[in-house]
Amino acid sequence: MFPTPIEKTKLSTQRLYKIALPIAMIIWLLPLLAVALTSVRSGVDINSGNYWGMPTSINFFENYTAVFTDSPLGYYILNSFKITIPTVIGAIVLSSLTGFALGVYRFKLNLFVFFIFVAGNFIPYQILMVPVRDLSLALGLYNSVWGLVAFHIAFQTGFCTFFMRNFIRALPFELIEAARVEGVSEFKIFWYVVVPLMKPAMAALSVLIFTFIWNDYFWALVLTQGADAMPITAGLNSLNGQWIANQHLVSAGSIIAALPPVLMFFLMQKHFIAGLTLGAVK
Amino acid sequence: MYSFWKNNQLKLSPWIFLAPGIFMFSLYVIFPIFQSISLSLYQWDGLGVKTYIGADNYIELLDDEYFYTSLKNNVIWLVLYILAVPAGLFAALFLNQTVRGIRIYKSLFFFPFVISQVVVGLVFSWFYDPSNGLLNVILENFGFSPIAILAEEDYATYGIIAAGLWPQTAYCMILYLTGLNSVDPEQIEAGRIDNARGWRMLWYVILPQLKPATFIAVVVTVIGALRSFDLISIMTAGGPWGSSRVLAYYMYEKAFSEYGFRMGYSAAIAVVLLGIMMIYIGLILYRLYRDEKGY
Repeated sequence: MFPTPIEKTKLSTQRLYKIALPIAMIIWLLPLLAVALTSVRSGVDINSGNYWGMPTSINFFENYTAVFTDSPLGYYILNSFKITIPTVIGAIVLSSLTGFALGVYRFKLNLFVFFIFVAGNFIPYQILMVPVRDLSLALGLYNSVWGLVAFHIAFQTGFCTFFMRNFIRALPFELIEAARVEGVSEFKIFWYVVVPLMKPAMAALSVLIFTFIWNDYFWALVLTQGADAMPITAGLNSLNGQWIANQHLVSAGSIIAALPPVLMFFLMQKHFIAGLTLGAVK
Repeated sequence: MYSFWKNNQLKLSPWIFLAPGIFMFSLYVIFPIFQSISLSLYQWDGLGVKTYIGADNYIELLDDEYFYTSLKNNVIWLVLYILAVPAGLFAALFLNQTVRGIRIYKSLFFFPFVISQVVVGLVFSWFYDPSNGLLNVILENFGFSPIAILAEEDYATYGIIAAGLWPQTAYCMILYLTGLNSVDPEQIEAGRIDNARGWRMLWYVILPQLKPATFIAVVVTVIGALRSFDLISIMTAGGPWGSSRVLAYYMYEKAFSEYGFRMGYSAAIAVVLLGIMMIYIGLILYRLYRDEKGY
């Protein structure tokens, strides 16, 4: 193990490490801790400029309920779920199919198609901005949840195909061969042999895509207008513009907006990291 | 009919499986790239008639000082954002221990990457706030006068990049933690016998084994730097006086804000950005191709 395990070092080093750890963490998370602190302050504190002194009162419930009653934040969150969940399902379905095709079959254009998916995933997506907005307008999907879902599914298919294809390549190919010898059709092989084995990859991708899409801001800006289909990210920013003197409420809103992906990360940490670090080890 | 299927099942199946994915990806990603490239040769306000103007948009770019400001900022982003890679490595080395509670520390350290850039942007705008922000409160305690980082032409971009480094460092850290996990313990032992310690061990024994992690960390960081948009939009909206714009933000302004509705010009900026990115995409694909041939 590198660096040297701390248990094997001098006692003084061990002590130092144990003190340094929490201090480093507090400094690292300082901006976030500051927001958490602001989010429970009263409006009186904020107006009198008491940002960092002792809070005159802890307004946890007042502030966090006020965010939902006094602003459309709840509605934005609902939109975010309406966008995120179908995207996760759609991207996983499409990429299971493409990943299977590229992982299992040997055909001339295999590598070419694969590279198109990978390259498309890396382009600066701003280049898609104007045409995708026009396309959404033409399809009647502009400013709707489904317009965002359709785009996100399509774009995420690039990364997901890369992921699924590499995962399927690592499965034992003999299983598929054996099924073919038995005369099982290709669709049944996909459904009964490969899909059950793909569950870990699907789990990893679900958490990743959930986080990516939940946090998307750019496409929300390009493909929506007004509150109808606006997700929490864009909604939070517009709230910040409206609630200038209410930083405690915007802070509470930020914490709420950050919560779903954070929970997702803590609950599915193993899958999340497995997905994110794909390829980081040989 | 049935026997045709029977004979050609293996040839046709991959295309049937690929069809929905290829359809969606072409419609929303591949075609739009070419549409944008062609649009960059037109003048268009988004509603009326498109007029073909040849390379005029690009010629105009050459004389546009805001374009150069944005391009310069993109270079600054690229250079400074890369710091996330070594910073992530050191964070990983710091946290690669087995003391009690270390898993919680690792998760907490990773935290900034999971939250939205919108939240990161808001958090850091408040942090930098000249009257009530925590940064200036701390600076004042040390006797410095407060600075409004995001309102200063010379500092705004650096302030935003610092905010961007926060989640990006966390991302690189997790890549390196995974990499460190799979470093061959025998080689470390061998290194220790050869009296390699500390820096020498890191440089000659550990880093070569972390190559795949480093590659991915550099790739995602470069792409993140060139795509940077959210933080700029949230923290400064390109200001003050356009000094913190990057190409991605500038083209958005040209197309959809009160400054713009110039779709063709905006597309031309996007094509320049794509050109820069293609260098990296080419490198990635080349490496992928080499690995594939190694099978």
